[in-house]
Amino acid sequence: MTTKGSKRIARTLRTPAALRRVLDAVGVQNVSLLIALALLIAFIGAQNSNFFYASNIATIGTTVAIVGILAVVQTVAMLLGGLDISVGSQAGLTSVVSAMVFTATGSAAAGILSAFALGLAAGFANGAVIVFGRVNAVIATLATFAAYRGLANVISNGRAQGYTGIDPTFGFFARGHIAGVPALIWILAAVALAVQLMLHYTDVGRNIYAVGGNAVAARLAGIPLNRYVIGVYILVGAVAALAGVLLTARTGSGQPTSGSQGLELQSITAAALGGCSLQGGKGTIVGTLLAVILLGVLENGLIILNVNSFYQDIAQGALLVVAVVIQQRRSGARGVGLPT
Amino acid sequence: MTEANQPPGQAVLAMQGISKRFDAVQALSLVDLNLRAGEILALVGENGAGKSTLLKIMGGDQAPDAGRILLDGRKVAFASPAGARRQGIRLVGQEPEIMANLSVAENVYVGALPRRGGRFFDRRRLVASVGADIKRVGLAGALDPRQLGRTLSPAQRQIVEILRALCGAPRVVAFDEPTSSLSDRETEALFRLIRRLAVEGMGVIYVSHRLREIFAIAQRILVLRDGRVIGERTTQETNEAELVRMMVGRDLSALFHHSKRAPGATVLSLRGVTTADVEDVTLDVRSGEVVALAGLVGAGRTELARAIIGDTPIVAGEIRVDGTPIVLRSPADAIRAGLCLAPEERKTQALLMKRSVRDNISLAVIGLISRLHVIRRAEERRIAAKFARDLNIRAYSLDQEVSKLSGGNQQKVVLARWLARRSKVLILDEPTRGVDVGAKADIYAIIDRLAAEGAAILVISSELPEVLGVADRIVVMQRGRVAGELTKEEASEERILRLAILEAAAA
Repeated sequence: MTTKGSKRIARTLRTPAALRRVLDAVGVQNVSLLIALALLIAFIGAQNSNFFYASNIATIGTTVAIVGILAVVQTVAMLLGGLDISVGSQAGLTSVVSAMVFTATGSAAAGILSAFALGLAAGFANGAVIVFGRVNAVIATLATFAAYRGLANVISNGRAQGYTGIDPTFGFFARGHIAGVPALIWILAAVALAVQLMLHYTDVGRNIYAVGGNAVAARLAGIPLNRYVIGVYILVGAVAALAGVLLTARTGSGQPTSGSQGLELQSITAAALGGCSLQGGKGTIVGTLLAVILLGVLENGLIILNVNSFYQDIAQGALLVVAVVIQQRRSGARGVGLPT
Repeated sequence: MTEANQPPGQAVLAMQGISKRFDAVQALSLVDLNLRAGEILALVGENGAGKSTLLKIMGGDQAPDAGRILLDGRKVAFASPAGARRQGIRLVGQEPEIMANLSVAENVYVGALPRRGGRFFDRRRLVASVGADIKRVGLAGALDPRQLGRTLSPAQRQIVEILRALCGAPRVVAFDEPTSSLSDRETEALFRLIRRLAVEGMGVIYVSHRLREIFAIAQRILVLRDGRVIGERTTQETNEAELVRMMVGRDLSALFHHSKRAPGATVLSLRGVTTADVEDVTLDVRSGEVVALAGLVGAGRTELARAIIGDTPIVAGEIRVDGTPIVLRSPADAIRAGLCLAPEERKTQALLMKRSVRDNISLAVIGLISRLHVIRRAEERRIAAKFARDLNIRAYSLDQEVSKLSGGNQQKVVLARWLARRSKVLILDEPTRGVDVGAKADIYAIIDRLAAEGAAILVISSELPEVLGVADRIVVMQRGRVAGELTKEEASEERILRLAILEAAAA
């Protein structure tokens, strides 16, 4: 009797430890994101039950896919201690080029391949300016943010290019389904999974965390910093090209500006909200994905609730500030000196 | 410990029954400290004994959970470091914050710049006044008040920090490991200054791991262990051995190991190596041998290590490993050749502070233990566990964040990283800096064992007993050049010092 009683007591005492283990596995930051997401869904759902329709859920999924893949690679750039402000411009540039090459050649493969080639080159250029020019990543990609956008407008004359709506490949990206789930969502899942595996199971991922955590120590441990910086920006370029192709597929034409504008802000917001440290070395793909979903639900909710779309920018800017403030508090950044 | 032994003077600072708890750790319990005007009181204890916490409470950086502080007999409570400063308590920290683009003078008077006619500050008066301060503390010529912060050596930064502390009229000045970046000559100058402060009637608290310094400077010694006062001695009635026993319950002679070594073939040899900071350095390190690089701070030892490891370019000369000349474009090349460096600044140059013990140990081998870039986790865990055990790294688990470890254990993590890499040549830059006595003995034992196992080890150290205790051969550097070489048998502190300093006067 007593043993039974004490066992029960022991079990109840153990529960917090088990809970703590679960929390550790998910990550505290992610738990707060999940709670925020639940509250947001409950609030929007209570106002308008259409929110819960499967078609609406799928809509959210397809809207967040493009910003989602960019947020995933933005996370990698931030882990390395960098930032890529030019992702949206790269997506716009590759979108235009993929549509123009497709129109000129009639081949979707040629359009897509040329977009990727351009994305790799644009990413390499970012990395090269940072590494060889010894330019701060924010400044370097702020410059190319403007330059790539300008280039996209020059070659497209500032107008939408081509028509890809009837092409089966582009059409599949935009409207296809696999196992009842939209192709866009599969693409996001595949990119996120690939990057997650790279970060957690390969030496490359470990070294990315190391470079972002302490670049001097990483260099003295024999990690080639320059190669990592350039490599990560090339990866961002390649995924931005994928985003460009998807953008073309969704709108049915190459878009120099519309659709890609603001993707840099959204991807950075998602990564920061998801727990990425701006100093590098800290952040997870799971956190970033949760933040992407949170932002997608917020955007969708504002539309469903008929809120003026201009408020979305305000909401997003506010969220970015809140995310970073929470992060600084948690990392124990004290109220002394300028923030880093 | 009788009253008769106490130096005269009014009690200037009394801390009574101070206790402080951080989560599960009782950092201080019922600590009493009495400091008289004109007295130099040393505070010793292993890392984690509570010295820093006591200083932080004294300096207003943290509030005690219990106890009270009396300054000149009045009860005081500090809300902030600024409050403690105003009351006349000054701390001289280990790692001073220096504004890189401000002059020495501006750095000293930051926040209290002398003004002329409203908002314009009077640069000439400032420079003159700081120049006078430098002279007053007996360091004339050590630094120029107009020099920019970023050009200062660690020793000069320390001097700026001291000058700051002496602004106004301090009653109590506490020095926290002030000599860790100073050479012996600079240390002597600092001691003269501290004695003068005491003569002027200030109370001085001196915290250091270096017991010899404590006997040179302090009148009374307070020993802390595990947050409690273990005992109090006057300098005359005690000795290093007793203090070490009080701190750790270990004997001083156990600190240095020197097993029989049989140096083999030359592994690392430098021939006329010249960089921006060092000139024409030629030296050899053999397998199974520990060579110490001695010299004053700023003699170019760290810069030489940086060049050997491929971090800074070599202008002329040659580095050979096992007789083969090697080309070093980056540290990666040096590591491939079997060289490695445990740098002076563990936290900023060696460790990923937010990552686990395991990640830190496997950092340099992660590519080698991966197949098609996939990390073999079991292998990684095995390696980390092996070296953590071999080096007696005290951590709760291999997943513990490195920042949570003590300085000594952090240094062992850095060593473990390079042992895992099977480096042939280990360059250890100040391997026991900021490390407590117990961990120091551990590190010396590790160095000894590695040498016995055939590693070639180059130790850079500014502590002469360490140089003598650990090395088979001692290379003394001065102003970027090799000033001389001594075998263990011929070496003495005096001979090393003479090589490090004297010829400079002749030159």
